[in-house]
Amino acid sequence: MAGTERHYVSTTNACKLCKPIGACLAFRGIEGAVPFLHGSQGCATYMRRYIISHFREPMDIASSALSEKHAVFGGGPNLKQGLKNVITKYGAGIIGIATTCLTETIGDDVPGIIREFCQEEKDLFSNDTGPLLVNASTPSYSGTHMEGFHEAVKAMVGQVATRNGAAEDVNLLPGFVSPADIRYLKEILEDFKVSGTVLPDISETLDGQALLDYEKIPSGGTPISGIKTMGSARATIEFGRTLMGEHTAGELLSTRHGVFLSQVGVPIGIRESDEFFSAMETISDKKIHQKHEQERGRLIDAYVDAHKYIFGKRAIVFGEEDLVVGLTSLLSEIGVIPVLCASGGKSGHFGECVKAVTKGITDAPIVRDGADFFDIASEAKSLKPDLLVGHSKGYSLSRKLNIPLIRVGFPIHDRIGAQRILHVGYRGAQSLLDRIVNAVIERKQDVSPVGYTYV
Amino acid sequence: MTMETSSAVIFEERQDQIFRKGEQPFDLACNKESLAGAISQRACVFCGSRVVLYPIADALHLVHGPIGCAVYTWDIRGALSTGPELHRLSFSTDLQEKDVIFGGEKKLYRALTELIDMHHPKAAFVYSTCIVGIIGDDLEAVCKKVGKEKAIPVIPVQAEGFNGNKRAGYEAACKALFRLVGTGDIDGISPYSLNIMGDFNLAGEIWIVRSYFERMGIQVVANITGDGRVDSIRQAHGAALNLVQCSGSTMELAGLMEEAYDIPHIRVSYCGLEDMAESLYAVARFFKNPEIMKRTQRLIKEELSILYPRLREFRKALSGKKAAIYVGGAFKAFSMIKTLKFLDMKVVLVGSQTGTKEDYQELEEITDDGTIIVDDTNPLELCTFIKEKDVDIFIGGVKERPIAYKMGVGFCDHNHERKEALEGFVGILNLAQEIYNTVMSPVWRFVPRRAAEGVKNGRDRETLCVHNQRLQAL
Ligand code: SF4
Ligand code: SF4
Repeated sequence: MAGTERHYVSTTNACKLCKPIGACLAFRGIEGAVPFLHGSQGCATYMRRYIISHFREPMDIASSALSEKHAVFGGGPNLKQGLKNVITKYGAGIIGIATTCLTETIGDDVPGIIREFCQEEKDLFSNDTGPLLVNASTPSYSGTHMEGFHEAVKAMVGQVATRNGAAEDVNLLPGFVSPADIRYLKEILEDFKVSGTVLPDISETLDGQALLDYEKIPSGGTPISGIKTMGSARATIEFGRTLMGEHTAGELLSTRHGVFLSQVGVPIGIRESDEFFSAMETISDKKIHQKHEQERGRLIDAYVDAHKYIFGKRAIVFGEEDLVVGLTSLLSEIGVIPVLCASGGKSGHFGECVKAVTKGITDAPIVRDGADFFDIASEAKSLKPDLLVGHSKGYSLSRKLNIPLIRVGFPIHDRIGAQRILHVGYRGAQSLLDRIVNAVIERKQDVSPVGYTYV
Repeated sequence: MTMETSSAVIFEERQDQIFRKGEQPFDLACNKESLAGAISQRACVFCGSRVVLYPIADALHLVHGPIGCAVYTWDIRGALSTGPELHRLSFSTDLQEKDVIFGGEKKLYRALTELIDMHHPKAAFVYSTCIVGIIGDDLEAVCKKVGKEKAIPVIPVQAEGFNGNKRAGYEAACKALFRLVGTGDIDGISPYSLNIMGDFNLAGEIWIVRSYFERMGIQVVANITGDGRVDSIRQAHGAALNLVQCSGSTMELAGLMEEAYDIPHIRVSYCGLEDMAESLYAVARFFKNPEIMKRTQRLIKEELSILYPRLREFRKALSGKKAAIYVGGAFKAFSMIKTLKFLDMKVVLVGSQTGTKEDYQELEEITDDGTIIVDDTNPLELCTFIKEKDVDIFIGGVKERPIAYKMGVGFCDHNHERKEALEGFVGILNLAQEIYNTVMSPVWRFVPRRAAEGVKNGRDRETLCVHNQRLQAL
C-alpha cells in the first residue's frame, strides 16, 4: 500500500474546508445562536455562500469586519462593537465566536476581550437570560472544518455545561451529519424513551419551513438549558472513530463531570448502526424498539436483493474522515470494494479506522489523508473505479472518469435536497444502498446496446 | 424571534446608507467600511481581484494563504472558456502553522515552481490574502525570481482581504493586468479594433457581445477578461478603443492604458435594451465609418425584430409586478431598472454592495417616488424592505436567494454564478424568461405570505396558467 505522504507542496482542488466554517456550522445548531467570526469580512461572506448553496437556507454569520488598521492595532474594539450590535439587533441568546487565521496570527486574546466586554457592558448582561458568549479558537492553518466543528462543540460543553440538573438525560454528540440525520436520531432517542440533548441540532435551523415572517435567528437548535445540564447526564454518546482517545467534548464531559462516555463510529451501515443501537440499549436499559428492528430486517433483505448488482464494484470514497470511515464500512459490507479512501483531514487515525471497519470483509483500501483532488485523480488512474462516493466537489472527476458520483455529506452544491440526505442508522443505510445500487444499474442500462427495460 | 418594525432592525450607524426617494433631497452615504456585527453581503479585496483575473483561462491562479480563501473561490463563477480551463482549478499554498511562524516564501517558491512545471501556464497570478499581509512575505521578490527562472510573467496581486472592499480588489487586479499589457506584438491589428473590458463571459456572454462586434466589422483584440488569454492581453495596447463595462472593475486599467498608450475608453453596458443598443451605436460613432454605422443599424434592427414580439408577451404577464434589486456593483442595476420598466414592472427597492455616490445619484434619478435605495445592506434590512414593499421578485446574488425564498418571494440570479446569459439582446429575453419562470410559478400560492390571500389569488393564477401555456407554445 502506498504511504500517506503528500507528493506536492501546493494544494490543488482541496478536499477540505477551513476551520471556522466548521465552527459556524456547529454554532448554527444551537438555539438562539448567532455564529460570529472574528476576522475580516471576506471570510464570513465566503463561508455564508458556501453553506447557503448546500442547505438552501439563510445562513447569517456576523463578522467583526476588521480592516488593515485593526489588524495592526488589534481587533478588540471591533469585536466588542460587533458583539454589541449582534446582541441588540439580533437578540441573540448566545453568540458563538470563532477566530480566523487573521486574528489568531495578530494574536488577539479573545477570551480576554470578551471578559472586558462583559465588564464594560454590564447592562447587556443584567438578567440571567443575558446572552452567553462562547468562543472557539479556530486558526485554519492547523486542521480542517471538522476540527473547527469539534472545537466549537467542545467550547460549548466546556464553557456552558454544568452538573446542575436531573440525571436522566443522554448527551448525543453526532458530529456533522445532515438535518435529516438529526431528525432521525432524535426519533431514535424518543423511541428509547430517553430525554436527550443532541449537540448541535441543525435539524430545523438549517432545514426550516416556509415562513410568513423572516426569523432573525432560525428557530430550533439545541436548547441552551439542555446544554447547561449536560454535565449531569447519565451518559454521552459521541460519533466518530477518529475522535477516540482525543480531547473531545465527550471526553471533557467525562473527565470534568464524570459523565459516562460511549464512543462509536458514525453509524453508517449495519455494523456501525448495531454498535450505536447497542450503546443506546445499554444506556437506556431498554430493548431496541420493534420499529427499528424491523427496519434492520428490511435492510438485510435489501442487501440480499441488491448484492449481485454491485458485487466487486470498485469505489473511491472521499470527504471528512469519519464520514468516509462510515461509508467505507457500509460499502464493504454490501460487497463493493473500497479501493481508495481519501480525506483532506489529517487526524492521524484515518488509516487505522478504515482498517478496523474493513477487517475481515475486504482488503484494506489505499488510504490517503491530507489529500486533495489532484491526489485522488492521480490515484484513480490506476485504480479503475466504478463509482465515486463523496460530496459534490468530486463531480469533475466523475465526469472525467465517466462514472457515477453518489452524493453524500457536505457540500452538495449541484443538487437539491442535500439537507434531506439520510446517512445514519438502518434507515440511512437503506437509502444509501438504494441510491448506490440504482446508480450502478442506471449506468449499466444507459451504456447497454440492448436497453433492457427489466433488470 | 420574528421581525419587528423597521426602526428596530436598522442600525443607527446605517441610517444614512438608506434613502427613500421623494421624502427629502437625495443624500446617501456609501463606500464606508462594513459595520462590525452587521451581516454585510460584501466580500473582500481578494474576492474583487479574483472576479477580474479569474477568467484568464491559460494562466495559473495561485492563492497564497490558508486553504479557505482558495477553496471558497474554486470554480464558483461560470466564466467559460473556448479552450484551456486552467482557471477552473483551485491552487493554494495551503499555509500551515509553521509557515505562519517562519514565513511562507519558501513554500510559495516551491509551489509556484512545481505548478508551473506541471501545467505550463502562459502566466501566473499570485494572490496574497489577509494573513500574508500580516506575516509579511515578500511576494514581489518570489514572483520575480520564479518569473525569471521559468521565463513567464509571474505577477503578484496585492489583495489582502482586509485592505478595503471588493473595489480595492478590482484595482489590485487592474494593476496586475497592466503589467501584461504592452508586452506583446501588435503588428497587423486593425484600426477598427477594441478591447472588451469588464466582461467575464458568465454563461458565455462575451461570445454574444463579440459576435456583435464581428458583425459590425470590428476586431476584438483582447477579452478582458472573459474567456481571456494571456497573449491577447499582452497585445491589448494595439487596440484603438477600450470598452469598459461593470462599475469600474476595469476602470483603473482603462485609465492606465489611456495614460500610457493614449487609448480612449467608453463606458458601456450590455444588459438591457437601450443600453445594449446604445453601446453598439457608441462604438459605431467612435469609428466614424459609415459602413460600420450601417452594419450596426442593421444588426440592431434585426435583433429587435426578434426581440419585441416576445417581450410584449412577457410584458403582458409581468405588468405591475414589484421587483427588488440588490447587486454587487450599481451599474447592473441601471440596466436592469430600464429593462424592468420596459416590462412594465415596478422597481421598489434597489441597492448595491459597493456603489459610489454618483451611482446612487443616478439611481435616484431613474427610479420612481417611494423606491428605497440602499448601500451595503444586510439580511435583516432586506426582509423589512421586502415586507414593506410587498415584493414579487427579488433580483440578486446567491446570498439573497434563501432570504427571498424563505419569505415566499420569487428570485432571479443576477450574479457571477448565473448560468443564463443576461447580456446582449438575447440576454434580455433570458432575463424576462427567468423572471417569468419564477413569478408565475404556481408554488407561491402555498407560501404563508400568499396563502392568506386565498381565493383572489387562486383566480389570478388561473388566468396566468392559460398565459403560461400560450408562452410555452411560442
Ligand atoms: S483566512 Fe482563514 S478563516 Fe478566512 S477564509 Fe481563509 S482560511 Fe478561512
Ligand atoms: S482571509 Fe482575507 S483574503 Fe481570505 S477570504 Fe478572508 S478576507 Fe478574504
